[in-house]
Amino acid sequence: MDYALFLGCTVPARSLGYDISVRKVAKDLDINLIDVEGFSCCGFPTASIHRETSLALAAINLCLAEERNLNIITLCNSCTAYLTKVNMILKNNKETFEKVNEVLKANDLEFKGTIDVKHISRLLYEDIGTVKIEKTVKRSLDGIKVAPIYGCHYLKPSSIYNKFDDPEMPKSLDSIISATGATSLDFPEKILCCGGAILAIDENASMGMTHIVLDSVKSLEADAMATICPFCHLMYDEYQATIGNKYGKDYNIPSLFFSQLLGLAFGHEAKELGLKFNAVRTKNLVKKIMGGEQ
Amino acid sequence: MGEEREQEKGKKKSGEFQVITEDQLDPQFKYEIIKEPGGENFLRCMQCGTCTASCPVKAIDPDYNCRRIIRMALIGDKESVLKSKFIWMCSTCYSCYERCPQDVKITELMFALKNIAVKYGYIHPSIKAQLDLLEKFGALLEISEFENRMREKYGLPKINQSPEKVKKVLEKEKIKDVIEGDS
Ligand code: SF4
Ligand code: SF4
Repeated sequence: MDYALFLGCTVPARSLGYDISVRKVAKDLDINLIDVEGFSCCGFPTASIHRETSLALAAINLCLAEERNLNIITLCNSCTAYLTKVNMILKNNKETFEKVNEVLKANDLEFKGTIDVKHISRLLYEDIGTVKIEKTVKRSLDGIKVAPIYGCHYLKPSSIYNKFDDPEMPKSLDSIISATGATSLDFPEKILCCGGAILAIDENASMGMTHIVLDSVKSLEADAMATICPFCHLMYDEYQATIGNKYGKDYNIPSLFFSQLLGLAFGHEAKELGLKFNAVRTKNLVKKIMGGEQ
Repeated sequence: MGEEREQEKGKKKSGEFQVITEDQLDPQFKYEIIKEPGGENFLRCMQCGTCTASCPVKAIDPDYNCRRIIRMALIGDKESVLKSKFIWMCSTCYSCYERCPQDVKITELMFALKNIAVKYGYIHPSIKAQLDLLEKFGALLEISEFENRMREKYGLPKINQSPEKVKKVLEKEKIKDVIEGDS
């Protein structure tokens, strides 16, 4: 199946491990991800400033995918929610539809409402299915304890997501993790906000939010965290040591993109999955996973 | 009791909260809010506090209290609300949105309040900085030669950032005037 791969702003610049591993894993699962020339910001960053502008910015991307007759697959939770939401508004609200199309004329684009948007994790859960994931596993992650990190906008607002998962007690990412043979840990903080969205506004509050989740994961003695959003990754991986210092904690929890974990389970080597871009070292984790092979 | 203590604390710490007197209230403010997309359900709030209890920002910073922001807006304390740093501190996690028994859609209400604040010339500097980046790169981060060389090295396709379409939208929406508070 062909899909338009929407990377957003952060992934192609700062989360190469996600970019690399998603493409690897998609191939293994017969998902054909197509890069679309001209994709730009999803619009979400301007939603705080001027709603109309942000709707039109989102619509640019929707239109480009429509022109190619491709559904969009997203990697970032915020891109997911925003493109999904705007797609829904424009499909259902005639007045907004007309307004936005008027703005889009400057770009010779027209929103028609012919495609859908999905996060890669939702695609795996809903369309590919855990049975196929299980069948693709070449190296079981049996014995590895993984803390699933859902982030916010992947599940919420639930009104735009057609009930594909429960926003309070989600299971989609858990079941993907379980399909690799790993143990998916159940803990209430797995749906908490990483704080990344307000890092530039209030560093103290932002990092405080991250540390609540890190504390919980640490207490569960998880071998790894699995994230599905570049902002969660930024907070739980890149900032993990900084936040540890701030709170006097030595976390040292490998924080992987869920696609990196899947890649390991599908038999790829660490270097094929961009693990060197992770800030918290993953060497011991990989060793534990490869255990039997060495 | 607990709340009172918090408010005292808020007063001391940030100086954000002063005693509110009638002459500073704008009774029209609430109508301005319900006209703004996202603010439609705002008058339904019954001050139950479920939102605040669900809020992860509040869990770290007790001065941040979304229920109080709603109350301040309801009574018409327009200036305090629009000037406040707090409206920019919502992490947009949608926890409150999911749980509010009155379907106030608080997260969307926060967006509405931010949009209104911008109209009056109050914008958080870090958000303003993002606009310049969008105009330059069509994205919040630049993909320069360096990033593209890195991408190539790892077998990733090159990215040609094309800000033209984004720029045209920003121009057409007169975003520069919007953030000056001229709209
Ligand atoms: S949860 Fe809803 S009704 Fe209750 S205080 Fe918050 S906004 Fe008001
Ligand atoms: S959406 Fe904003 S106000 Fe609501 S719980 Fe999350 S951070 Fe708090």
